[in-house]
Amino acid sequence: MMRSPILLLIGLVSLLAGCATPTPYDYSAFRESKPRSIVVLPPVNRSLDVKASYSFLSQVTYPLAESGYYVLPVAVVDETFRENGLVNPEDIHGLPLDKLNEVFGADAAMYITITQYGTSYQLLASDTRVTAEASLVDTRNGQLLWKGAATASSTEQNSSSNGGLVGLLVQALVEQIANTISDRSHQIAGITSNRLLSDRAFNGILPGPRSPRYVGQ
Amino acid sequence: MNKIKFTGLLLLAGVAAGCVHTPPSLYQWDAYQPSVYTHFQADTANLAQQIDLLEQAIDKAAATGVSVPPGMHAHLGMLYYNTGREPDALAQFALEKSLFPESSHFMDYILKAQKDMP
Repeated sequence: MMRSPILLLIGLVSLLAGCATPTPYDYSAFRESKPRSIVVLPPVNRSLDVKASYSFLSQVTYPLAESGYYVLPVAVVDETFRENGLVNPEDIHGLPLDKLNEVFGADAAMYITITQYGTSYQLLASDTRVTAEASLVDTRNGQLLWKGAATASSTEQNSSSNGGLVGLLVQALVEQIANTISDRSHQIAGITSNRLLSDRAFNGILPGPRSPRYVGQ
Repeated sequence: MNKIKFTGLLLLAGVAAGCVHTPPSLYQWDAYQPSVYTHFQADTANLAQQIDLLEQAIDKAAATGVSVPPGMHAHLGMLYYNTGREPDALAQFALEKSLFPESSHFMDYILKAQKDMP
């Protein structure tokens, strides 16, 4: 009869270990900067699908705002660039920070590059995949605060283990939008965006001031 | 002995539940991102319909006491502006600013840019 409590204990410990996150990211610059607002620049598109950039950009506000940041209105920001003759994301990514600051006044800027967007057809199945990487930069001093990458694929839809906690949340979100939007790549881009830009992602951004998870000071 | 087992099980369940706890959303997300997507997809999209959807979402958020997402009022302001409803646009930019003071700099820039237009 001694055995079962020990087994239980082992079970408990392994469960707890499952919750813990190994190898933490170095957040010292991020903590020092304490950004409150983020301007997300139109993503650079390295995929073959011309829709990638704006499909992705339309879905970055949710994860960042739910992580506690003020996200500048992405369409209004884009329109402002256009009015100033800037339509190419690569040109926009090359703008000097003081120029960005002068117009937007955001504490930090998010630079996103999409490397994969779309469906590849294989012999037995098709794979719709979106992969992106992002860097968050302090607009006041140019310091890199955070860097990350994420991917999502239609082939993983039915395995709940893949994305962990964020994966589960994302699945719910996708089910919610699946009835209104028929574009599969756009849906997958939404999952990638959530995995990339949520404070709940592994080695993701830190929670911002408007989040209950925010740690001040 | 049975009691110990039971307590252990309860504890296990508690720990497991702790892992999957999901907090409620900070904002009401019904219309904003789909509207942004529509806006990006085509300039010929029906502006009146987009405006209608956003207005409905704002009413719904107000009725349920949930905040609208950052940027939504400014986005609606832009749509108003593009349909020639300038006073309505200015009101939305002002709302964005009062709900999210972090937007002040950009909202002021937009307001000034509009004033400077011939």
